[in-house]
Amino acid sequence: MTVAIIDYGSGNLRSAEKAFERAARAHARMPDVIVTADPDRVRKADRIVLPGVGAFADCKRGLWSVEGMPEALQEAVRDAGKPFFGICVGMQLMAERGLEFETVDGLGWIKGDVSEMKPADASLKIPHMGWNTIDVRPESHPVFKGLSTGSDGLHAYFVHSFHFACSEETDRLATFDYAGTFTAMVAKDNMIGTQFHPEKSQRLGLELIANFLDWTP
Amino acid sequence: MTLKARVIPCLDVKDGRVVKGVNFVDLVDAGDPVEAAKAYDAAGADELCFLDITASHEGRDTIYDVVRRTAEACFMPVTVGGGVRTVEDIRKLLIAGADKVSINTAAVRNPDFVREAAEKFGAQCIVVSIDAKQVNQPGEPEKFEIFTHGGRNPTGIDAIEFAKKVVALGAGELLVTSMDRDGTKAGYNIALTRAIADAVPVPVIASGGVGTLDHMVEGVRDGHATAVLAASIFHFGEYTIHETKKYMNDAGIPMRLDL
Repeated sequence: MTVAIIDYGSGNLRSAEKAFERAARAHARMPDVIVTADPDRVRKADRIVLPGVGAFADCKRGLWSVEGMPEALQEAVRDAGKPFFGICVGMQLMAERGLEFETVDGLGWIKGDVSEMKPADASLKIPHMGWNTIDVRPESHPVFKGLSTGSDGLHAYFVHSFHFACSEETDRLATFDYAGTFTAMVAKDNMIGTQFHPEKSQRLGLELIANFLDWTP
Repeated sequence: MTLKARVIPCLDVKDGRVVKGVNFVDLVDAGDPVEAAKAYDAAGADELCFLDITASHEGRDTIYDVVRRTAEACFMPVTVGGGVRTVEDIRKLLIAGADKVSINTAAVRNPDFVREAAEKFGAQCIVVSIDAKQVNQPGEPEKFEIFTHGGRNPTGIDAIEFAKKVVALGAGELLVTSMDRDGTKAGYNIALTRAIADAVPVPVIASGGVGTLDHMVEGVRDGHATAVLAASIFHFGEYTIHETKKYMNDAGIPMRLDL
């Protein structure tokens, strides 16, 4: 099994790579983790990870500037149905549109826009930076196997000022509270995405990644 | 369910080694920053900060190796500061595995560097480190001034105005160090921390002067910081990270107590 982490010049790939490698080492099938900007290797991979930090429009431009990558992603994820994991802006790119600084189309895989977070309490700091708990929908998801969530559960590490406002509530797998309810995680068909950084979320993150490697959509 | 206050141990690193060492019982090499980082990761630190105080130009590259090795072993956010002067310095630290980079003197000399850095890498990874002292006489209105070079050089710059300015330029977080308290164990300068935290929309980390766990509680409760940084009280084993977080939680500050 090969897990491809897509390199399109966005930020801190090393942490994501190391976290997936750590989870892969403990996995029965010992998957190979590769970091790649080659659309062919993405097409051939068994699982695909799209990280991303910074602004939506920059990440979109970065991804589109890798020749053949948007097409390869479409084929592997949407046509071939390979398991997909978007992280932070990599998750936001699954939206129809991003409204950060300028309005830009996303991949359009999950309905909704990425817009500025506006907590009801104006004294709360933005970015939403640090550790928060998450609430998972009652029907849950295989990637949460063995993980304790909810207000007494494990914490996830967030750092962002924009959030994915999903049009369909059923696409929203988990939420967090910050004087308002915001999207912590999306899931649809063969795709999942986290607003938080699993590669920085210690136990919750590493186990979520391990479960993703096990998951058969 | 709410965002938790963060406890951040800070390691001073010189030529790739921890300054003064870290006094944990079971470390193989107390001078290796990565060993210390792993111990803090296991202890439940919410973030880790490396402050590189390497003076020589030749020694500068050692920090990249420290950050690289830390990113292989620790799955927690890491901020690196000290000597960050160019976009290239930031790029190298982020590629090595840092999540955030803290800019100090370079932001004082050229605030526009903050804008350049935030535009290039995103505000979420740009921390501006503000070293300030309270300079008003007793009885006068509070006044805080930025100092550089470890608190030796006054700049004439008002700390609150500077904080607002760098946030407007794109800083995503401020690390506020009370230079008149640093090393004293007398507690953070709460007036300084609160004045800045209340003046900006971004998170503020309180730093400088921690001697007791009550000081950390005060940093959040009275100083309005969302994170507290400390060095020696952790390194020399006076308090553990978990004990600190438990204490703050019992004092009414929501903390992450996962282990």
